[in-house]
Amino acid sequence: MSTFTVNVIGAGLAGLSASLELSRNNIHVNLVSAQPSERAQSVMAEGGINAAMNTMGDDDTTREHFDDTLKGGAFIGEKESIEGMTENAPLIVEELIKLGVPFNNENGKISLRYFGGQKKRRTAFSRSSTGKLIMSAMIDAVRQYEARGLVRRFPHHIFEGLDIRDNGCSAVLIRDNYSLKALRLEGPVILATGGMNSLFPGLTTGTTVNTGDVTSYLYSIGLPLSNLEFIQFHPTTAKIEGKRCLISEAARGEGGRLMILRDGKPWYFMEEKYPELGNLMPRDVTSREIVMNSEDGYAFIDMTGLPSDTWKNKLSDMREQMISLLGSDPVKDYIRISPGIHYFMGGIYVDKNHKTTVDGLYAAGECACRYHGGNRLGGNSMLGALYGGKVAASSIEGTYSAATGNRIEEIDIPYEYTDFVAPSCVTDPLVSAVGIIRDGQTMEASLRTLNETDPSSFTEADRRRLLLSRAILTSAIMRKESRGAHYRTDYPNKDDVNFKAKSVITYTDGRHELKYEGDES
Amino acid sequence: MNYKITILRKKSSEEPSYEQTFAFESSDDAQTVAAALILINRSDLIDIEGKKADPIAWECSCLQKKCGACAMVINGKPGLACDTKLKEAADKNGNIRIEPLRKFPTVRDLICDRSILWENLKIIKAWIEDGDDVTLKEDKETVLFDAGRCLQCGCCLEICPNFYAGGKLMGMSAMVPVSGMLQKLTPQQSKELRKLYSKHIYNGCGKSFSCRDICPAGLDIEKLMVNSNAVMLWKHLIK
Ligand SMILES: Cc1cc2nc3c(=O)[nH]c(=O)nc-3n(C[C@H](O)[C@H](O)[C@H](O)COP(=O)(O)OP(=O)(O)OC[C@H]3O[C@@H](n4cnc5c(N)ncnc54)[C@H](O)[C@@H]3O)c2cc1C
Ligand code: SF4
Ligand code: SF4
Ligand code: FES
Repeated sequence: MSTFTVNVIGAGLAGLSASLELSRNNIHVNLVSAQPSERAQSVMAEGGINAAMNTMGDDDTTREHFDDTLKGGAFIGEKESIEGMTENAPLIVEELIKLGVPFNNENGKISLRYFGGQKKRRTAFSRSSTGKLIMSAMIDAVRQYEARGLVRRFPHHIFEGLDIRDNGCSAVLIRDNYSLKALRLEGPVILATGGMNSLFPGLTTGTTVNTGDVTSYLYSIGLPLSNLEFIQFHPTTAKIEGKRCLISEAARGEGGRLMILRDGKPWYFMEEKYPELGNLMPRDVTSREIVMNSEDGYAFIDMTGLPSDTWKNKLSDMREQMISLLGSDPVKDYIRISPGIHYFMGGIYVDKNHKTTVDGLYAAGECACRYHGGNRLGGNSMLGALYGGKVAASSIEGTYSAATGNRIEEIDIPYEYTDFVAPSCVTDPLVSAVGIIRDGQTMEASLRTLNETDPSSFTEADRRRLLLSRAILTSAIMRKESRGAHYRTDYPNKDDVNFKAKSVITYTDGRHELKYEGDES
Repeated sequence: MNYKITILRKKSSEEPSYEQTFAFESSDDAQTVAAALILINRSDLIDIEGKKADPIAWECSCLQKKCGACAMVINGKPGLACDTKLKEAADKNGNIRIEPLRKFPTVRDLICDRSILWENLKIIKAWIEDGDDVTLKEDKETVLFDAGRCLQCGCCLEICPNFYAGGKLMGMSAMVPVSGMLQKLTPQQSKELRKLYSKHIYNGCGKSFSCRDICPAGLDIEKLMVNSNAVMLWKHLIK
């Protein structure tokens, strides 16, 4: 029977995947999340999940999925991990089918769509609500283990800290956001808390809950973070109240065309400039092309030529969303778009087992850095979250024993109210420097401003957010080249001699120390 | 446009409720109730009587009606704050009234404890047992697609005349996920689920479908229910 308890923080795809793997092996899980799983960012994923299922007669292979992922990531993703992820992808999707995800299919054979950076149809989807449908099935699957007492939910509980001694993590501290009481949960910890949205207010496509506060906490206590300079701008987003609304890559995968109005006439610039992949070039390239070619920073997506069948069977939900949130009907209107922040390639430094540099502490999903190098391919993120969560869980299974404590106790730590975004004196300098097109001077100036920012009136969380902002800027300044999503005008070329490696930044003795680390495999 | 937003507040579950009104100047006709709450919390938080207020406790996540976090009662009707434009909610004098959902215990201000939603899904065994593998079904795609899209926001329970916490009827937030399972599973696999469906969804429901018109995910609740009832009935006949 059961041996010990693992604390999983975050109940999106990565956290659910880890919890399912553990509970299937009779290991107890405390599943902690600021809000229930139905509210996690994973439910927002639209376009699909990549797997070389080869059902479309394209002669696709997992090897090509590996190649595209590595190339899309500008050759600094970890090869061994990418291999594991791409080889396992078809199995993961098969597993999701067994759990009841209603992927679009023809006669029981799964349909795949085109997605950016990939020449073959490889993205499995459920219309344009793939994340929601996968999440529902994963939530249901974990529920059976909740009912059996193996998974205990803490669904309105916020991360407060870790107990780390002698380089081993023995417990996580959390706070019930309802009663405001704090708890200490013993046992190894898997972090699955998503990206760093609090540093980019109003500019991200994701949720307000993924503040990045866990990431900044780890950084503040001296754990390394990796590839922070790589922030993905999705080419097609639109401003709505308080955030950016994504127009999924599925829009182009199903035939939508990017266009700029030149002298009032449509110019399909991506098709003209990149005859091979056209509208489906990787996101870094496409976002840059929009910003460089458009006078006002905006472009349009033209979906007026899509067949009615596609609208009905594959994009009905996307159309509904555009009409209700953007007030435009893509069947007859061009949709005005500009790039918005969509994904953080960088995050918590982990090894191939998803272990951090501290024993008993793991990280998976968007908060961790492993697969996506300098630029993530659409459809690889849900895959990375599901796969990474499973890898972390499996490696814990082999490492711990009944001797690991599993007490839960109430503790007393002070409570501070913090907004879900950092103060503008932190975010303004950061946002203005780490956009789609960067330059050394602006970034240096922003870093100086942040170094001079007086945090004495800040909450603890905001202080750590300031620290993380400095780490992002430092990582971006030090990489004196252009690669993936990191493009700077003062170093417009790739420099493989010095920089074909991931950056690793650590905060020690009040200093941000950065080094580059080659692929361990 | 200038709005007067009155919020039914409560410092904690033990303390009494009170009303507090904030003046809010909106710059944009597209602004939602969610946007107003975010901006009021970021302001100096002075209410209409000039008194300093505490930040308003409420929940949000996606801000684009995909997660159900921000469900509340707006002018007497349950809905999502991020899906309700101020302009459309206000009366001609710019008044808007916001309260927490009432069918669930209030935690603080607009936050309520909706745990009953998930407790019920456990009681009704809303899952596919490991090993009861399902396969892709093209003909069922639309039903299965809708069945997987419930936000667990609780608006349908708020409006339901027959739902109360602890009662037998679980309402549409349970029916929607279960309707998908009934389609996916074989008659043998779904035996227990069908029994629980009768007890907790079918029996106490008056089928007036006020829940359908309120569902912010726009789910075709009636169709899902008709489909599930058909599975139930048909299965009973062949038993
Ligand atoms: C609009 C949109 C569309 C997307 N489309 C796609 C797509 O088509 N394909 C694809 O592959 N990817 C897509 N992505 C990306 C993908 O959805 C995410 O990267 C992925 O789901 C991340 O999963 P996760 O488990 O790491 O994190 P999340 O699902 O973000 O979960 C994070 C969890 O951590 C919890 N949490 C966060 N902070 C704290 C804290 N301080 N304390 C306690 N708990 C906390 C949250 O409550 C949540 O449960 C999309 C993203 C967006 C925003
Ligand atoms: S149909 Fe009526 S009684 Fe039945 S769940 Fe909906 S609102 Fe409640
Ligand atoms: S059925 Fe609709 S109203 Fe009810 S919980 Fe689900 S999404 Fe909300
Ligand atoms: S914040 Fe997600 S539905 Fe309103």
